[in-house]
Amino acid sequence: MGILVDETTRVLVQGITGREGSFHARACMAYGTNVVAGVTPGRGGTTFEDKVPVFNSVEEAVSQTQANMALIFVPPAFAPDAIAESADAGIPLITCITEGIPVQDMVKIFRYIENKPVRLIGPNCPGLITPGAKCKIGIMPGSIHLPGRVGVLSRSGTLTYEAVGQLTALGLGQSSCVGIGGDQIIGTNFVDVLRLFDADPDTDAVVMIGEIGGAMEQEAAAFIKSEFGKPVAALVVGASAPPGKRMGHAGAIITGESARAEFKIAALKDAGAWIIPTPADIGSTAREMLKSNNLLN
Amino acid sequence: MNIHEFQAKEIFSRYGIPVPRGIVATTPAEARTATVELGGQSVVKAQIHAGGRGKSGGVQLVHSPEEAEEAARRMLASNLVTPQTGPEGAPVQKLLIEELADIKKELYVALTIDRGHRGPVLLVSTQGGMDIEEVAAQDPQDIHTEPIDPLLGLMPFQTRRLVRRLGLDTVVAGDAAKVLQALYRMFVDNDCSLVEINPLIITGDDRVVALDAKINLDDDSMFRHTDLMEYRDISQEDPLEARAADLDIAYVNLDGDVGCLVNGAGLAMATLDVTTAAGAAPANFLDVGGGATPEKVASAVKIILSDPKVRRVLVNIFGGILRCDIAGEGIVMAYRETGSTVPLVVRMLGTNVVEGKEILGASGLPVVFSGTLTEAADAIKNLDV
Repeated sequence: MGILVDETTRVLVQGITGREGSFHARACMAYGTNVVAGVTPGRGGTTFEDKVPVFNSVEEAVSQTQANMALIFVPPAFAPDAIAESADAGIPLITCITEGIPVQDMVKIFRYIENKPVRLIGPNCPGLITPGAKCKIGIMPGSIHLPGRVGVLSRSGTLTYEAVGQLTALGLGQSSCVGIGGDQIIGTNFVDVLRLFDADPDTDAVVMIGEIGGAMEQEAAAFIKSEFGKPVAALVVGASAPPGKRMGHAGAIITGESARAEFKIAALKDAGAWIIPTPADIGSTAREMLKSNNLLN
Repeated sequence: MNIHEFQAKEIFSRYGIPVPRGIVATTPAEARTATVELGGQSVVKAQIHAGGRGKSGGVQLVHSPEEAEEAARRMLASNLVTPQTGPEGAPVQKLLIEELADIKKELYVALTIDRGHRGPVLLVSTQGGMDIEEVAAQDPQDIHTEPIDPLLGLMPFQTRRLVRRLGLDTVVAGDAAKVLQALYRMFVDNDCSLVEINPLIITGDDRVVALDAKINLDDDSMFRHTDLMEYRDISQEDPLEARAADLDIAYVNLDGDVGCLVNGAGLAMATLDVTTAAGAAPANFLDVGGGATPEKVASAVKIILSDPKVRRVLVNIFGGILRCDIAGEGIVMAYRETGSTVPLVVRMLGTNVVEGKEILGASGLPVVFSGTLTEAADAIKNLDV
């Protein structure tokens, strides 16, 4: 059940002994996630929370524990190395939470992993969760989620929680939620995740949350128009942002007309997506979408 | 981080990219002396972190040292307003006095990271000296783009191709290719997010010279470029934005009167959108970040309260990594320290929300609590201030 992660996911946490890494590894385990290993170079041989073995390298961790997913909490200067190390060790799915990786490091990492059998989610993302499988791999508050059949995908962290919170409040559960990250260069984009939701028998419809900057929403719109077979409700935030200013996320900056919210909303509307008028209307628009498609049970 | 033209040209020189002879002046007298040194004529260029200087009186050709002094006096006397600065303009504290150039041909060259390609791209055009966005809109065929593989770097065949597309004579082709190669090395070594030369000129005696220079540096890379931090000029930054940047708080100053305190960039943008949709106007974008302490939240609130435009404050915290009680403590701390009476609308959800609301409720601050985003936006709009 779920896209990308489920009960069979065996998580390795890179940076498990750090402040962020240890806090969130504990929260993931408390939610039900199967955390099988930690990696901190120099701390191998110790045990995290009396339960999870810590290794010096990803290579060792994989061979000892059969970990099949890496969750990265490593400071920006070392995160590119951490991503490459997991890709090198043959881990098929990596999510990198780290914010602030220099963009010129990411363009190299992207080329390095491009032709390897690995998918990278992030960086600068909240991670992903499949509530029905009790599998949370990231920093989102687990308690706001409800198992269900709506897929959620977003470039943001807390705004994803807002979306999930609104859905849960209306009793609309989620199949999987994926935060793809707020940076300019990210491993997995909207179209990649839409493809997965399209093929997922547990997802009926999708809520997609975009923002200003880049052209990922337009690419998603083209895909929704030509191939995607399920209803989508879309929100694009940042309509009130001034051009040329970085709005928190490195990727949220208006550099040309097409990076503006209006432009993206027009493309999504043209593609037949349900447009969520304001961030306060995520839940209600999703409910309307499900109702008109006879997907409310 | 933006840097000035004269600083960018210092870096250019280190990489062997030819620039005109130039002298930095901070007073009219210095501008005069510099012009004497350059042979009695010069171009006086105001140093600000914004484009559009040429059309706005920030660049002046002068034919005598006296004229240079006069131009310098005028430029240093007031803020320079260009289409890119906003109505208040940017302060001019330094001038670059440069020798005159004998221009035979003007080209455009830029290097940046292209998201579609997920890597660097080199752009060139024969329409140098023009607004490149206009060229892109009107004559897109005149802009030639070369995507670069970051693992290979800029290959010689690529520079040869660009030089060919620019239609350059064989006399200058070699030098132009060298400039492009040097530019790419500089872009990588210094973690630039943008390098732009507009125009790159061919002189009457067939030299290739960068007449202008713009460099933006990747903020996220500054940890490994502490030497480049010396180029930061705080006078060119919005004072509140500069203060926030020093505290590692993402903040953008806007025009309205609703101060916004939010955690998370996406939620912060969403908060601005909802506020605007309700008919109120945000005074700022502010993402206090994930692992904030009460002290950091207090610093963020103090930045908001020190903005004279702010007449009401909207707090929207979705507790996750940042707990609501930490946010509450920080808000109370800032109000106590500043003695502010600016009313607040507070919406809190998530981790430790009960404790957060208790702290604010017991504080005696003028707080109104809201449940949903819509309620919060309506409450802030209807607040009587």
